[in-house]
Amino acid sequence: MKVITTDVLVIGAGLAGERAAIASAEKDLDVIILSLVPPRRSHSAAAQGGMQASLGNSVKGKGDNPTIHWLDTVKGSDWGADQEVARIFADNAPISMREMAHFGVPWNRVEGGPRDVYIKGKKTTIVEDEAKEGLITARDFGGTAKWRTCYTADGTGHTVLYTMDNLVVQHGITVHDRMEAIRLIHKDGKCVGAVVRSLRDGEILAYMSKATVIATGGYGRIYGESTNAVINEGTGSWLALQTGVVPLANMEAVQFHPTGIVPTDILVTEGCRGDGGLLLDVDEYRFMPDYEPDKQELASRDVVSRRMKEHMLKGKGVQSPYGEHLWLDLRHLGEEHLTTKLREVYDICMYFIGVNPIKELIPVRPTQHYSMGGIRVNKDGHAYNMEGLFALGEVACWDMHGFNRLGGNSLAETVVAGMVVGEKIADYASKTKLLADVSLAENTVQIEKDKIANMLNNTNGENVYKLRDEISDLLIKNVHIFRTGEGLEKAVDGLRGIVKRTENVQVKTDAPGMNPELSQAIRIEGMAKQALLIAEGALRRTESRGAHTREDYPARDDANWLNRTLARWPESQENPVFTYEPVGVLDLPPGNRGYGGGQQIDMKESVEEYNTNVDSGQRAEGRIDPSEETGKRLPKEAWKEVK
Amino acid sequence: MGRTLTFKIFRYNPTKENDQPRIDTYEIEETKRLNVFTALNILRETQAPDLMFDFVCRAGICGSCSMMINGRPTLACRTLTSDLPDTIELYPLPFFKLLGDLSVDTGVWFHEMAEKVESWIHTQKEFDPTAEEERMDNATANKIYEAERCIECGCCLAGCATIQIYPDFLGATGLNRIGRFLIDPRDERGDQEWFELVSTDEGVFGCIGMMACDDVCPKDLPLLEVFSFIRRKLSGIALAKDK
Repeated sequence: MKVITTDVLVIGAGLAGERAAIASAEKDLDVIILSLVPPRRSHSAAAQGGMQASLGNSVKGKGDNPTIHWLDTVKGSDWGADQEVARIFADNAPISMREMAHFGVPWNRVEGGPRDVYIKGKKTTIVEDEAKEGLITARDFGGTAKWRTCYTADGTGHTVLYTMDNLVVQHGITVHDRMEAIRLIHKDGKCVGAVVRSLRDGEILAYMSKATVIATGGYGRIYGESTNAVINEGTGSWLALQTGVVPLANMEAVQFHPTGIVPTDILVTEGCRGDGGLLLDVDEYRFMPDYEPDKQELASRDVVSRRMKEHMLKGKGVQSPYGEHLWLDLRHLGEEHLTTKLREVYDICMYFIGVNPIKELIPVRPTQHYSMGGIRVNKDGHAYNMEGLFALGEVACWDMHGFNRLGGNSLAETVVAGMVVGEKIADYASKTKLLADVSLAENTVQIEKDKIANMLNNTNGENVYKLRDEISDLLIKNVHIFRTGEGLEKAVDGLRGIVKRTENVQVKTDAPGMNPELSQAIRIEGMAKQALLIAEGALRRTESRGAHTREDYPARDDANWLNRTLARWPESQENPVFTYEPVGVLDLPPGNRGYGGGQQIDMKESVEEYNTNVDSGQRAEGRIDPSEETGKRLPKEAWKEVK
Repeated sequence: MGRTLTFKIFRYNPTKENDQPRIDTYEIEETKRLNVFTALNILRETQAPDLMFDFVCRAGICGSCSMMINGRPTLACRTLTSDLPDTIELYPLPFFKLLGDLSVDTGVWFHEMAEKVESWIHTQKEFDPTAEEERMDNATANKIYEAERCIECGCCLAGCATIQIYPDFLGATGLNRIGRFLIDPRDERGDQEWFELVSTDEGVFGCIGMMACDDVCPKDLPLLEVFSFIRRKLSGIALAKDK
């Protein structure tokens, strides 16, 4: 068995993983990055719209600061976020944007003087401050008080990832692409590496490390109909769940993006609406102002998606062979805008659905897009219950997003967490000894080899593609935007059955090499189990918060549910275990978001009482104490100064 | 009535003992707006479970799925079968190392290219987290973005006559990358360094001017302009030296 040792093993070469790897390389640590694909193919590259940071350079962002960004983020989360983590994020986002500018990102810049823009459906002239000429500019995104989303046309993820990967090359960081981590090597609550399968030749090998970092992005493909890349099958979160002790948090918090195109489910950015795009119904009537008079098309994503669905349920959707949809209207933005600032969107519409957005309406509907939940980590990014294991980016529940994340906040999170958590990882690896327990590695490798042999030798087992389709069918039908107890029970029952059936998968071909069917078969147990956590978490949470909407429990219930769901799957147990912990220290007391309607049930205890139980409640769930005391980075009541 | 499409696909698994390169034929019923991404997945799931190919974003953004479709290098995800005849021939991109069937190793080549052209901002300045960002005019930012739009799909190399004969040639994508840093005011590399990088046969003078790269680039990068820009820049440097 081949064993490769390193100080820091980073699984995933998107923005979060690469930025964290650079932080360790800067401290002269030995780093290896594993990736399913060449790093620049990672799904970060597909992010279009931008990154939120309160630079306040555009005239429409004037007066912005981290406190206002933090307020938008906490409200956006429907108070499900850890407010201190949201603060760490908002404070560091401007630094990260400037750092990326220093490294080479060609951010769009302020051009002083007047220009025409569309705001709330009306053409308006704004005058950019000449004194800000040449500084990083911003566009409007949903759920924000200011224009705050930094961008490079509609290829922001692409340019930032290319810049980041350039740095990886510059630092000489080792990247092993086409490699899939399939099991963590751990013992007595300490992670010492991972079992890895080569997607080039099928070899199974062991990597042993002081710190292991999961940065594999989301699991959107479990839903089938998703904006996510086809590699986003929850491989990283499954690594954590598979340990039996590391919890996945808030898996029921699933974001549906308002504008997936129909068919194909490819995303067109929120920047379309930020730049003035409108949502229309079957009568080409603009309906959002009726539901959300203030924010209109630019309420938070959970709210816009819910309103779209609500409107379609009233019979106002457009019928098509690919199901019901609504329209996104960009025609008034004009050819110049659509072929420069929204060029990717233009290309996607032209190539994939044959629609010219300069002249035609774009068919859109809410589509699975993002996972607020994930591997539960403390504010240093350290996983609960597992020393030496870190997670960041979409795969983690760090938890700045709570039950709904704002557009532009996740792409920014990748680089901010990469910087902040990356530092903590480097600190940890610097003071840790390598535990090269080769027999432990061998035993762990053997578990996977046996599993694979079973699948290859099985002559009368389940078809993996059929299982995959059954999983997504249950989620799409029962665990979508509007959820009911009845539907969720159906999903939980069905998924329990499927989880069992994943033990009996048959792979039809034993072809050596990447064997794509075997790759899918290796992932299917994790996909089924995570689908069950999503459905069961949603069934248990008898309230509506952010993107989690229960028709039978329409109110946000702060008396009973101001908490974070934690789900573990103890080894060799038939069912997962659900527990709950406080969301974190509260500074902004739960209140009304100012959009989305909805009812609230007030907390029973005072904020002070709630806060005294945060540390003990989280420690009881296995939180490793972070390097700084809880709440230290959360300035008290700074929000009171915001008008 | 939908058509029955015939896919003739290059098959070869280099990790399989005694496997021989061959063309296998499959049939599939065409559905409305079928693209090669969907078609290949249907084939894998119903007829050829060991068929190897690469897709990631399936939205024309990531550059993974380039292959030869009826003799032309292009992105499979955004190729509609309705634009093709009844028989569709699929081959892996030439030039790159074959991993199996339609899958090639673009990652290693592009990584080495990035090392060769030192594809990063060369600057003596340290990042100061407390300082305002350095200013740049938006027109310059847009110009850099235009060059930065390359998705490393490798179609330009598959279409390149020079690189088939002279594999050390940087290709249109490599020269475009150099052009991207040449116009970036943050990069402090001087004329001499640029000159050494691109004045060789590996660089801009290796090109024999067939310009298929420009024809096949799926992102419509202005590669013709990139070549002439770099040539002009080099001549300028050379002439200045002569004086």
